[in-house]
Amino acid sequence: MSQMKMSSSKPKKVKIKTSQKGPWKTFKSNWELLLLCMPAVICYILFNYVPMGGLVLAFKNFRYDLGLFGSPWAGMANFDFLFKSVDLVRIVRNTVGYSACFIVVNLIANVGVALLLFEVTNRKALKAYQTMMTLPNFLSWVIVGFITYAIFNPSLGVLNQVREAMGKEMIDVYAEPSYWPFILVFVNTWKGVGMGCIMYYAALIGIDPALFEAAKIDGANRWQQTLHISLPSLVPLMTIMTIMAVGNMFRGDFGLFYQIPRNVGVLYPTTDVIDTYVYRGLQQGNFGMSSAVGLVQSVVGLVLVSATNFAVKKISPENSMF
Amino acid sequence: MSNIFKKGYRYKIVIHLFFILMCLTFVVPMILVISISFSSEASVTAVGAGYSLIPKEFSLEAYQLAFANPKTVTYGYIVTISQSFLGTFLSCIVMGMVAYPLSRSNFAYKGVITFIVFFTMLFGGGMIPTYIVYTQFYGLRDNFLVYILPGLAGGAYYTLIVRTFFKGLPESLFESAKIDGARELTIFFRIAVPLSKPVFATVAFMMLVAKWNDFQTSMIYITNQNLYTLQYLLQRILNEAQYLNGLMSNPIPGVDVSQFKQPAETLRYAMCVIAAGPMLLIFPFFQKYFATGLTIGAVKG
Repeated sequence: MSQMKMSSSKPKKVKIKTSQKGPWKTFKSNWELLLLCMPAVICYILFNYVPMGGLVLAFKNFRYDLGLFGSPWAGMANFDFLFKSVDLVRIVRNTVGYSACFIVVNLIANVGVALLLFEVTNRKALKAYQTMMTLPNFLSWVIVGFITYAIFNPSLGVLNQVREAMGKEMIDVYAEPSYWPFILVFVNTWKGVGMGCIMYYAALIGIDPALFEAAKIDGANRWQQTLHISLPSLVPLMTIMTIMAVGNMFRGDFGLFYQIPRNVGVLYPTTDVIDTYVYRGLQQGNFGMSSAVGLVQSVVGLVLVSATNFAVKKISPENSMF
Repeated sequence: MSNIFKKGYRYKIVIHLFFILMCLTFVVPMILVISISFSSEASVTAVGAGYSLIPKEFSLEAYQLAFANPKTVTYGYIVTISQSFLGTFLSCIVMGMVAYPLSRSNFAYKGVITFIVFFTMLFGGGMIPTYIVYTQFYGLRDNFLVYILPGLAGGAYYTLIVRTFFKGLPESLFESAKIDGARELTIFFRIAVPLSKPVFATVAFMMLVAKWNDFQTSMIYITNQNLYTLQYLLQRILNEAQYLNGLMSNPIPGVDVSQFKQPAETLRYAMCVIAAGPMLLIFPFFQKYFATGLTIGAVKG
C-alpha cells in the first residue's frame, strides 16, 4: 500500500517542478537539443513554409516584370476561369480515377505476391525472386519510359512486331487514348510490386508458426491455412495502407503520368492529371490558373490526409502519423 | 528430388512457375534495352525489322558515338554524382540532428518542432508558388544548389523513420551518460549516432536512389545544359529528336557522317544503359537495407 502511495505522489511532485520552471529555465535545460533542431527548422521554414506564402499567386494576375508582390490582384478570377474550364473535370477525374485504380490493384497485387512469396521456402529462389522484383524500383521513370517506348514504338516496337507476326494490323499506342488506363495501371504495378509486397511479407513472417502447426494438426491444407491464418493476419496492415493511400488520392505521380505517355497531347483525355497539368501551366507561363489548381489540390489533400490520419488513429494508434 | 512430384508439392511448382514468369517481365525489358544499344542502326531501322531481344547485328557504333562527344554525358555524370552523394550526406546530418531531439521524451519543445516537421507532409506551396519563390527570392534558377538546399532537411518521412529508430534505443543509456557529465551534444554524436548506423544506411540509400533518379528538379529549375542531371538528359534524348541530333553534331573525328546513317535509335538506348547502369550494379548490395528501412518506417510509424 505504501508503495502505491509513493508512486502516485511522485508524478505530482514532477508536475509542480515543471510548472515552477520559467521559460528561461526551460530554454536553459533544452538549448542543446534545440540547437540540434535548428538547421532543419530553418530549412523547413525557408524551403517549405515561405513557398506556402507564394500561394497568393492563385489570387493574382502574375507578371514576371512586376514580381510576386507587384502583380495586380485578380480576386477569384483564376478560380472562376478554372471552375468553368473543361480541363478541371478531366484532370480531377483522371487523378482520382487512377488513384482509386492503383489502390485496388496495388492491394491485390502486393498481398497476392506476398502470400505467394511466403510459400517459397527455398532461400536461394526467394532471394533471386525478391532481387528481380525490386529491380524496377531502382529505375527512374525516365528509364521506364524508355522501356515502354521500346515496346510500343509504332514502327520499331516489340508489340507491333508480335502483332505483325500474328497477322494482325499494327497499332500506334501513342495516338490512341483508350489503351492508356491499362498501360499506366500495369506499369505502375510493375514498378511498385516488388517494394509494395515487402511490408506484407514481413508481416507474414512475423506470424507465430505455432498457429500453422496447430492448423496442420487439425487437418488444414496450405490453401486453408492461407485463407484462415495468413490473410486475416494481414487485414490490419491492409486497412492502414489503404486508408493512407486514400489520403494521397488527390496527388498523381508526376513521373508516371509525364514520362510514360511522353507528354503526347492526343493522350491527355486519359493521361493528364493535376500534377502534369500544373507543370504545363508552369511551362507555358500560365501561372494564375495553375496555382489555383495547385491550391485546390493542396487544400483537398490536407483535408484528405487529416481525415485518413484521424481514421488510422481510431483503428490503430501506433500507425498514425501524428 | 522425387518428393517434389508428390501431390502435396505440386502447388509449389505452380508458385515457382508464377514467380519465374513474373521475373521474366522484369528482366526481359532490361535485356531488350541493352540489346538495342548493342545493335547496329541499320539492323534496327531496316524495313520489317525493329527492336529485338538479341542483336541481329552486333555493333558498338552507338557507344562509340556516345563517347565520341563525351562532354554532355560527363557533365551529366558529374552533376548527378555530386548532387546525389553530397545531397544525401548533408541531408543525413541535418535530419539526424532533428530526429534525435524529437525522440527524447524530456525535450521541452518537442511538440512545436514535431509540428513544423510533419506539417510539411500535409500541405505545401505546390509546384508554381515554390518555383516563383525559389527563383525570384533565392536565385535558385540555373544554380547547382537547387539540387541540395530544398531537400537538405531530408523530409518528414525519413525523419519519422530515424526518430522511430532513436526511440528504440534504451533511454537508460542516455541517462547514465548524463550522470557521467556528458552534454546532450556529446551524447548525440558519441552515443546515438554510432548506434544508429543501420538506420542511417537505410535512409541514405533510399535518398540516394531518389536523388539519382531525379529529373524533375532539372526540368523545372535548370536551363543550362551543363547542369542537367543524367535522367533529365535522357528524357530530352528520348523525346526530342532535335536534341539528339545536337549531340551528334560533333561526330567521331575523321569519319564522314554522311557515309552511314546516324544511329539515332541505338544511341538513345546506349545513353539509357550508360545512365542506368551504375545504379543497377550497386543496388543488389544494398537491397537488404532498403527492405528493412521500409518495414521499420511504416509498420511502427
